[in-house]
Amino acid sequence: MGLLDTFFNWPVLRDALPLLLRGLGVTVLLGAASIALGFVTGLAVALLRLYGPGPVRMLARVYVDLFRSMPLLVLLVLVYYALPFLGIRLSSFAAATTALSLVSCAYTAEILRAGIEAVPKGQSEAAAALGLGFVASLRYVVLPQALWVVTPPLTSNCINVLKDTALASVVAMPELLKQATQAQAAEANPTPLIGAAVLYLALLLPLVRLVGSIESRHRAAAS
Amino acid sequence: MSAHIHIRGLHKSYGRFAALRGVDLEVAAGEVVVIIGPSGSGKSTLIRCINLLEEFQAGEIVVDGTAVRGGRSLKQVRAEVGMVFQSFNLFPHLTVLENVTLAPRRVRGLTRPEAEARGLALLQRVGLESHALKRPAQLSGGQQQRVAIARALAMEPRILLFDEPTSALDPEMVGEVLAVIQSLAKTGVTMLIVTHEMGFARRVADRVIFMEGGMIAEQGAPEDLFKTPREPRTRAFLDAVLGS
Repeated sequence: MGLLDTFFNWPVLRDALPLLLRGLGVTVLLGAASIALGFVTGLAVALLRLYGPGPVRMLARVYVDLFRSMPLLVLLVLVYYALPFLGIRLSSFAAATTALSLVSCAYTAEILRAGIEAVPKGQSEAAAALGLGFVASLRYVVLPQALWVVTPPLTSNCINVLKDTALASVVAMPELLKQATQAQAAEANPTPLIGAAVLYLALLLPLVRLVGSIESRHRAAAS
Repeated sequence: MSAHIHIRGLHKSYGRFAALRGVDLEVAAGEVVVIIGPSGSGKSTLIRCINLLEEFQAGEIVVDGTAVRGGRSLKQVRAEVGMVFQSFNLFPHLTVLENVTLAPRRVRGLTRPEAEARGLALLQRVGLESHALKRPAQLSGGQQQRVAIARALAMEPRILLFDEPTSALDPEMVGEVLAVIQSLAKTGVTMLIVTHEMGFARRVADRVIFMEGGMIAEQGAPEDLFKTPREPRTRAFLDAVLGS
């Protein structure tokens, strides 16, 4: 068998394609759920870390440090295989989403904290002097500016989460990589893996480009 | 008429540095008070205490019968007290008109059409209605400061605080901003102005306050204070800034 037959075997790919596409759907769903959950909780953690009472600030910092240093694979295994011993039994989708969003939350919190701190103090002073309360100042003045600044790192984090969904195969999640490896075993041919790689690229390359174009727009706006 | 602003025994320190060391001040409704003095004398700190952008350690400030301290009364005080900053502090992500309408909509609860009508009228008053849909970054410094004045006016404040409103401007833009401030002085709004523009202070002030070392060293009508200062340090300061 030649290289083409081995890695770019069209009949094999055609057979595997429905499975791969279903896997891609699961990957996107898992990624989107984890990104959304990670963003909402990450914003909460960032605000607690910046504005919470002393002990809460401390806890938020510990959380962010802990979950940024914990390997995702370890976390996945803990959530899926260890939590049942405590009576918490999660489906593989719930377990994967939990692990992914716990980590994404930590990264998002750190990114947003930096973004909020980058907004000049005069902005919140002007908002306060106009009579806007803390929440209104945050919502209409500080956060829009902070989010604009941190769009590139936030998008990079989304890319990382989407890539990390591949690890969910260890908790029996039928996402893209899992489908590809199964099809590979069934067909005794690695072409499905190549197919999966192409699908990952189709999903992530536009996002990577997006980061680049946002960054150049920021540079243009700053100059 | 009762005093609009009443300040008694105001003390404020940053760590070990005492920025204000016992300031007493009564400002009557509609009075225009200009505060001058060397940098570090506590001028800006004093007016920033009035809307509690700076917390103070001792003393009291009462604005229109409401004591300035944290909590619910603070928002009320801040809604009545407008402020114009040295560095404009316009919201860069909003258009000029949105800068002016944000607080009336979110604090006063005006509808968007109401707020925009008021906003456009104010922009017209400062000569910038044709720039309503631009971003602050597209305007010159002087134009930005005039927008900031319109933004403060949009809350219909009864007191206006100016914190060195022309210090960050190129010299050719100082005049346009001072002209706007001077036109406001005639409208009956109470104004406290920190500035280094002595000619302007003389024209616009009902009373001039000279601060030094965190205290009010001397105060009086502009003619008296500029022509015949009683305190040697006032005279030294005026000699230095007027170059005479």
